[in-house]
Amino acid sequence: MIYDIEYETMPREALEAIQLRRLQTTLERAYATVPFYRKKFTEAGVMPGDIKSLKDLRHLPFTTKQDLRDNYPFGMFAVPMDTVVRIHASSGTTGQPTVVGYTARDVNTWATLMARSLAAGGATRGDIIHNAFGYGLFTGGLGVHYGAEKLGASVIPVSGGNTKRQITIMKDFGPTIITATPSYVLHLAEIASELGVDFKDLSFKFGIFGAEPWSENMREEIERKLHLKAVDIYGLSEVIGPGVSVECHEAQQGMHIAEDHFIAEIIDPESGEPLPYGETGELIFTSITKEAFPVLRYRTRDITAINPEPCICGRTLVRMNKVSGRTDDMLIIRGVNVFPSQIESVLMETEDVEPHYQLQVDRVDNLDKLTVMVEVGEHLFSDTVRPLQEIEKKITKNIKETIGVSAQVKLVEPKTIQRSEGKAVRVIDNRKL
Amino acid sequence: MRAEQISIFLENKSGRLAEVTRILSENKINIRALSVADTSDFGVLRLIVDDNERASRALKESGFTVGKTNVVAVEVPDQPGGLYNILTILQNGNVNVEYMYAFVQQSGSNAVMIFRFDHTDDALKLLQDNGVTVIEGRRLYTL
Ligand SMILES: [Zn+2]
Repeated sequence: MIYDIEYETMPREALEAIQLRRLQTTLERAYATVPFYRKKFTEAGVMPGDIKSLKDLRHLPFTTKQDLRDNYPFGMFAVPMDTVVRIHASSGTTGQPTVVGYTARDVNTWATLMARSLAAGGATRGDIIHNAFGYGLFTGGLGVHYGAEKLGASVIPVSGGNTKRQITIMKDFGPTIITATPSYVLHLAEIASELGVDFKDLSFKFGIFGAEPWSENMREEIERKLHLKAVDIYGLSEVIGPGVSVECHEAQQGMHIAEDHFIAEIIDPESGEPLPYGETGELIFTSITKEAFPVLRYRTRDITAINPEPCICGRTLVRMNKVSGRTDDMLIIRGVNVFPSQIESVLMETEDVEPHYQLQVDRVDNLDKLTVMVEVGEHLFSDTVRPLQEIEKKITKNIKETIGVSAQVKLVEPKTIQRSEGKAVRVIDNRKL
Repeated sequence: MRAEQISIFLENKSGRLAEVTRILSENKINIRALSVADTSDFGVLRLIVDDNERASRALKESGFTVGKTNVVAVEVPDQPGGLYNILTILQNGNVNVEYMYAFVQQSGSNAVMIFRFDHTDDALKLLQDNGVTVIEGRRLYTL
């Protein structure tokens, strides 16, 4: 079901006209009310009035996560605190958390986007939504909650944790939709099976999962174990929270971006130059309706591509692919941008191979050399050499075909890959540049 | 009539084979036969030991990847053409030998070879039909 027919199926021309008008208003307001943006614009030599078309957006400076941290906690707010009705914050696993604010209108915008997202994922007024996203500073729980109420569905604010109680609720309340992180839902499936509960006997039809990257393989696993159709939802608190983009359950192929509220761009993370549709690069968002916390050309550090092809669901909003990596991890090998996550998905898609790997980059005779070390687990192992050599060849070929870079694949003993604080060290770059 | 062999994945770097033998010796496990197949990067070590369970547990605990394979121990008459005759029987019966290696101990006056076949059951039947003596696993470990 399409929740917001007018905006979600609007002809592109009309949509772009609305985008430009909203962008110009946002720029004027940000310039007038946020000292950080005024300073950035002045340094870049642009004024809000210089932006006369959507194409002119490229002249604006970027905003980074560091900029938000530098203005901790409320320095980026564009309204006085007495009109801020909600505050969320990111976890800040790597440094200071980033704090975001919402006016009453922002909360309403977000609820609308989440109502749209839940509807795109298959929810209707009559559904019962089991919301296992965490409630708190994290935007997942409350984001889904407000969206579900706006849609008119019944929401169970179960939040994360206490898995056994969640399973009892699933059996007794009969929820038809589940929202959670993909890893939590797989954990839930495991505990359910330990308790002898079969999802076949529950009432779930659709699941809307996000807040962390997941692969197509995980989707298949979730759909098989939970007997439901699974869609991906994307968002980040700096932009608004979940609901920035969502897959439709009809196509399950790319997430429709709420372009009437956010302008998305893809840039080359090295040069900062915008890239055309279809090319893979860093995702950039500019909010065009938010009041309390406008973000202008915000660098998400997420790697994806935008697909403008029409969708079978009828939405005219462009779709972004599953996030395939983070710019922080990017390696440039012989001029090709390579993300460890791309190698990981190649490994996951190769039979019997587990994604325990390490990338080593060396410079030999002025050429970059990529070595992919893959741990040999019990599934992969064979008492004869030939199948092992064939696996090496197969991985090499798959990497070449999907990423376009030549790599040497080397099988290694398990647990030879260094781990620091329990996390595997994925990249060793020995190049002295 | 099968025997069980354990195999271990080894990186091609010095000390790995010694590490395996050290772990086995610490666990008082006897190596009865051994062969290594290797490439420039890695090797596969195959072992017949007197206690497969204990050996593979000890090796796994030390972080090695361990596999188990069914192999066939065959008595080879200690005379010219002894091995040739057996290989001819197998070839005529369309059974492929993946690899083979010698067992340390003799069985009486006969040599013992360990065979890994592509189709173990077919090979066993073929050998028995042709009067070749196959040594049972239990006896093999204590030869
Ligand atoms: Zn669609």
